[in-house]
Amino acid sequence: MTDAMIEARDIAKRFGKTQALSGVSFDVGKGTVLGLLGPNGAGKTTMIRVLTTLLRPDAGQARVAGFDVAADGQKVRSVIGLAGQYAAVDELLTGRENLELVGLWYHLPKREYRRRAQEMLELLSLTDAGDRQVKTYSGGMRRRLDIGASLVANPPVLFLDEPTTGLDPRTRSDLWRFIRDLVTGGTTVLLTTQYMDEAEHLANRIVVIDKGTQIAGGTADELKTQTGGATLEARVAEPRDLERAAALLASVAGTQPRSDPGARLLSIPAGEGTGLLLDAGRRLQDAGIPLDDLGIRRPTLDEVFLSLTGATSSGCTGSTETEKAK
Amino acid sequence: MTGLPLSGPGIPAPRLTPFLAFRDFAGVAKRNLLRAIRTPQLLLYTLEPVMLLVVFRYIFGGAIKSPGGDYTSFVVPAIFLITVLIGSMTSAVGIADDLKSGMIDRFRSLPMARSAVLTGRSLTDLVRNVISLAVMTGLGVAVGFRFHNGAGPILAGMLLILAFGYSFSWMNTAIGISAKDPESAQNAAAGPAFLLMFASNAIVPAATLPGWLQGFARNQPLSVTVSAVRALFEGGAAAQDAWVSLAWSAGITAIFFLTSYALYQKAAAK
Repeated sequence: MTDAMIEARDIAKRFGKTQALSGVSFDVGKGTVLGLLGPNGAGKTTMIRVLTTLLRPDAGQARVAGFDVAADGQKVRSVIGLAGQYAAVDELLTGRENLELVGLWYHLPKREYRRRAQEMLELLSLTDAGDRQVKTYSGGMRRRLDIGASLVANPPVLFLDEPTTGLDPRTRSDLWRFIRDLVTGGTTVLLTTQYMDEAEHLANRIVVIDKGTQIAGGTADELKTQTGGATLEARVAEPRDLERAAALLASVAGTQPRSDPGARLLSIPAGEGTGLLLDAGRRLQDAGIPLDDLGIRRPTLDEVFLSLTGATSSGCTGSTETEKAK
Repeated sequence: MTGLPLSGPGIPAPRLTPFLAFRDFAGVAKRNLLRAIRTPQLLLYTLEPVMLLVVFRYIFGGAIKSPGGDYTSFVVPAIFLITVLIGSMTSAVGIADDLKSGMIDRFRSLPMARSAVLTGRSLTDLVRNVISLAVMTGLGVAVGFRFHNGAGPILAGMLLILAFGYSFSWMNTAIGISAKDPESAQNAAAGPAFLLMFASNAIVPAATLPGWLQGFARNQPLSVTVSAVRALFEGGAAAQDAWVSLAWSAGITAIFFLTSYALYQKAAAK
């Protein structure tokens, strides 16, 4: 990829006995979003800290906008914005003061940083709160201000470390829209998240890491295909039909379906899908088995994630579809 | 891996000139001062010397015998020094706070001069100390203190006081970086300040202290500076103490400047 704005090669970092990162590599193309996905403690934040020059890796090389993070830290810092998981804004300053000072430290001329601060306040719907101390802000307002601070200088590369963790759904989808607009405008984004739906909504490509190791990568669709493709699901109306339906499905598909008696649900790998769906529907109808639901379901990214990281990994809070599918 | 040098939209050329570095320092100092005037606890640091002035001038003043007999002209220069000593403790609390709150990460991810965080903080203390020294001078005069020397020596005395305070800003910066949180930073910074204030010739003449303490009490930086400042304000031989005081301040600044930067690099890269 010649237009990569972020290039990471075999990044490794150890803290004492913990190998936080062992050989993570990826590229992020200009104007695209890479989602770095993983459970708590997977090494996502460490990766961000390496790429934003906050932390020196033990091994590996990384470039941001063509600048080496180890050799050209100063230049890297002038082309990036970082918004952290723990909104690092100054509580005792007003929103506007926070933004203006960050603009000053990006070495924008005074008139320019004052204009940009006002612009960010308007863009992030903080105009009314702009001249209040940040300690009076809600969590969502702080997060917006934090992201605003990372954007004051309009940097071409943006690092967002779990930007929506702990936010209510409304604020979250507002932020998503905002981030998508930035990307449309040409900004390159590296985003860490433990929310599958966030990665799916925002990221062009996803890299899954767990315990510091890169375990998968690709688009959301590629990841889903890698983990087993579509499933046919049939929900019978009457519990007593479950066994009969299971036998029928087995004869159609050639393998025994998985059965969940509690949910009156049968599921079976569907391969390409539609042929099996039509067959199964006809046979079940002929046998006079009433159904509540019949359909092809692609795996959720939650399931992909769980199957990749092992179901024991903590911290994957996703949609409720995971529960339904079990 | 192909690197393509891009100059990003809206970002000026990434070169750090001395002018920009100074602008960064000033930005940090501005931020710290804005924080200071909005932190009620920090106001206590400002009130404390005022209370000490009142207590020593009017309460203990009658009971303590000082050389020359005038306790006000003996203790007021010492109160000036205690003022900047207490003022420099805000560095310890401030830097510990920034490390804990994640502000340091934000600073370090910006193209600002990397020295700005610490140097800006020491400049903040300097500005604060100039202001509190001016206020305390006014109050000192109000409770009966008088200068008996020319403007030159008085100014020299004030500069010695500020240099002393500046050096302790760096010591407290190192203490603040080593501390786990702002509270323990404050406690850790209070120890040396307390020792220097009381094991000294600041409040009582050193001759009245126990023998084993006198060696320390006569030669430690606060005592030497107090002696120099008294002589500069009153008229008297000040040169030797003034040079020793300057040497102390320069030495403490140099040692803790280097220590602070080393500790900061370690603490920030965690």
